[in-house]
Amino acid sequence: MQAIIQTEHLNLWYGEHQALHDINMEIGANRITALIGPSGCGKTTFLKTINRMSDLVPNCRIEGSVQYNGKDIFAKDVDVTQLRTKIGMVFQKANPFPMSIYDNIAYGPRLQGIRSRAELDEIVEISLKNAAIWDETKDRLKKSALSLSGGQQQRLCIARSLAVRPDVLLMDEPTSALDPISTGKIEELALALKQNYTIVMVTHNMQQAARISDQTAFFLLGELIECGDTETLFSTPQDNRTEAYITGRFG
Amino acid sequence: MRTLFDEQLNLLHTSMVSMGTLCEDAIAMAAKALEEKDTALAEKVPALAGQIDRKEREIESLCMRLLLTQQPVASDLRVISAALKMVTDLERIGNQSADIAEIVQTRALLMSMRSDTVHDMALAVIKMVNDSIDAFLHANAEEAGAVIQYDDVVDRCFDTVKSELVDRLKSDASCREDVVDILMIAKYLERIGDHAVNVAKWALFSLTGEWEE
Repeated sequence: MQAIIQTEHLNLWYGEHQALHDINMEIGANRITALIGPSGCGKTTFLKTINRMSDLVPNCRIEGSVQYNGKDIFAKDVDVTQLRTKIGMVFQKANPFPMSIYDNIAYGPRLQGIRSRAELDEIVEISLKNAAIWDETKDRLKKSALSLSGGQQQRLCIARSLAVRPDVLLMDEPTSALDPISTGKIEELALALKQNYTIVMVTHNMQQAARISDQTAFFLLGELIECGDTETLFSTPQDNRTEAYITGRFG
Repeated sequence: MRTLFDEQLNLLHTSMVSMGTLCEDAIAMAAKALEEKDTALAEKVPALAGQIDRKEREIESLCMRLLLTQQPVASDLRVISAALKMVTDLERIGNQSADIAEIVQTRALLMSMRSDTVHDMALAVIKMVNDSIDAFLHANAEEAGAVIQYDDVVDRCFDTVKSELVDRLKSDASCREDVVDILMIAKYLERIGDHAVNVAKWALFSLTGEWEE
């Protein structure tokens, strides 16, 4: 496995509260990594640390290193905006901007200075196609993104992340608010996207983690308890705490 | 929080024990019928094999229901998939006991030969069936391993029966039908031993997730 992201002795505090304890983990390129664990276990904090969104939380203090393509993301010369372009994020609740479908997708590229209409058209089409929502939106690109269904909005947000050409997509419970059909579409999309992107996904749905991820990491009370091949983790977990959590004995 | 699931898993375990016990009874009944030339007793074995078949379907359907409703993972998944495989071996044991009983039914009264070694084989495979289910029930890898080892005893018995029968044939050609029948019975018992080994291997799988070749 070729690691695209690697953490070493990563510790994180929110004020006095230590939310992550000595996390050492490798995230493989072009793979789907699922982060599982009970609420408050640190998995979303970990996800947000990977693209430095945790920096936005007041009193947040971080020790240890997170490397992206071998480079420390906390180094002084790192352009955080550039980092968040390369490591995009999709949230639990779809958050389309209150503007047209087209403008939602073109938003990032425009910020990057792309003005050519033809170029933007192409980016919008490719991004929507890659997010498997082109057919549903191509005839109403000028309509408000808020007119889309929840599942469509979530795929639109994925398309918006793709528009700035990231390497890594962080997804925080991307299907928790969706019905099974929309969930299935997002899962199939994630499987298709891993050809070209690396995906890290927080999920409370154990079956979802088992279905689509290649690697699963189990967090508990801010510690990484076990991380490994998904099939192995769900069939023969090595740690009793992993076994107890995934079989529903606690959590 | 998983009371219902635990209750269903307990039911699975107790059903496996009942199926194992039915198998032991079937082997014991067939062996006793052979020993005592009791054709009336032999006639009862197919009914027992029928009960074993029904138990197999009952356990299969419980396992399918658990897979569907509980979407089990980790040890739960291993136990349920092991049970699904074990019942196939147990069902074969029931059928092979009925096969032995059928020979007894049609031929026992005509037989002039008997073999103590065949009797020993029957006792050995009954022990193996019992211990393999026990290993599954108590998640006991050591016990499962012992069952796998114990199959050597059964195999040695089979070789002994074979050479005893060959010797007998050499001295008395008139007993060839008995020889064929006893050899068949010994072979059925030897196969029952192999199925018990499979059950023990599935018991091990339920613990480790690995299948031992």
